[in-house]
Amino acid sequence: MKIEILGTGCAKCKKTKEAIEKVLTETGKKAEVVKVEDIETILNYGVMVTPAVVVDGEVKLAGKVPDEKEIRKWIE
Amino acid sequence: MADIFYPLQWIADKLTYEVFGITPATHLAASVNFIIYDVLKIVILLSVMIFAISYLRTYITPEKTRKVLGGKKGLRYHLIASLLGTVSPFCSCSSVPLFIGFVEAGVPLGVTFSFLITSPLVNEAAVAALWATLGLKATVIYVISGILLGVFGGYLIGFLKLERYVEEFVYKIKVGNQATGPETLTIKERTGIALESVKDIVSRVWIYVIIGVSIGGIFHGYAPEGILEKYAGKDNLLAVPIAVLVGVPLYSNVMGMIPIVESLIGKGLPIGTSLAFLMSVTAVSLPEMIILKKVLKKELIAIFISIVALSIVFTGYLFNILL
Repeated sequence: MKIEILGTGCAKCKKTKEAIEKVLTETGKKAEVVKVEDIETILNYGVMVTPAVVVDGEVKLAGKVPDEKEIRKWIE
Repeated sequence: MADIFYPLQWIADKLTYEVFGITPATHLAASVNFIIYDVLKIVILLSVMIFAISYLRTYITPEKTRKVLGGKKGLRYHLIASLLGTVSPFCSCSSVPLFIGFVEAGVPLGVTFSFLITSPLVNEAAVAALWATLGLKATVIYVISGILLGVFGGYLIGFLKLERYVEEFVYKIKVGNQATGPETLTIKERTGIALESVKDIVSRVWIYVIIGVSIGGIFHGYAPEGILEKYAGKDNLLAVPIAVLVGVPLYSNVMGMIPIVESLIGKGLPIGTSLAFLMSVTAVSLPEMIILKKVLKKELIAIFISIVALSIVFTGYLFNILL
């Protein structure tokens, strides 16, 4: 599984990455977590408000830091 | 208006005189009382305001805004863009993707700027803090002039035809159309999102509120009455431009700034000068300009800052005359 975090490097993007990594460790699931900072790639996903989370090429969330419940739903 | 906040004054009095045991009618008592009362009032109004706007916001996504404004010209659309800017979420880290998204959808440059100007200027946090400190009248004035500033500034930028000062790559980017998030939310989900924003924003800004109110409180308790009226009153025509010049590069949390400005008004700083200062702090900030530099050439950034700053100076004078 590939999880992409879209954002131009603001504090909320860091929080998003931490939240996802935390859930991954807790559940023992394996996933490749990448931060995407390139504007063009972000916009290609149709995302205009960051942070956003893309799981296997599908935009799951944009504009806020996900909570643990949401993250668990995506990775299962 | 003062009545509904009466319980807060009661709490502030209790804490100041009984819990902390400070002698009434001293400078210290005045400061502490003012700090407790103001922090309580701001945090309560802030929570209510964020909840209401965040709830409303679940209906207005940037994707929808883009569709509504795409390819539309005319003053009416500047007004719509400006109004949407007031309720749209805005974090300076989203300004570049939003900008490109708008331009790509065929939203005219001027209309995009109407949105970009109003978005940081009029937001629920600033409105709540203004309401708590300066009252409803000043808040309404701030909101209406903020919206008109967006309309006027954006219109002028559109009129000047500055498209050539947008970096070329912006026009080449294709924005994908993946749906983000469910289109239909239940009331429970919307309430959840709204509560989440209250928690998120309050947990981020409370410290600035306390710092701002404390500085304001000290000034309130110790500075001589009417000191600012004497040096920066309405007769001093330089006061407004100086306030704006100081405010433009200043990047400060507006939540901390508003209580300070409240205490300045208390010592005789005219309301127009004060609102002009606040607007210049929120409307343009150095970090936001650095981010926008990725998509705008420096000429356009300079024009943008000048138009906004001059409009704010004008607004400041206007209110000093009218109020």
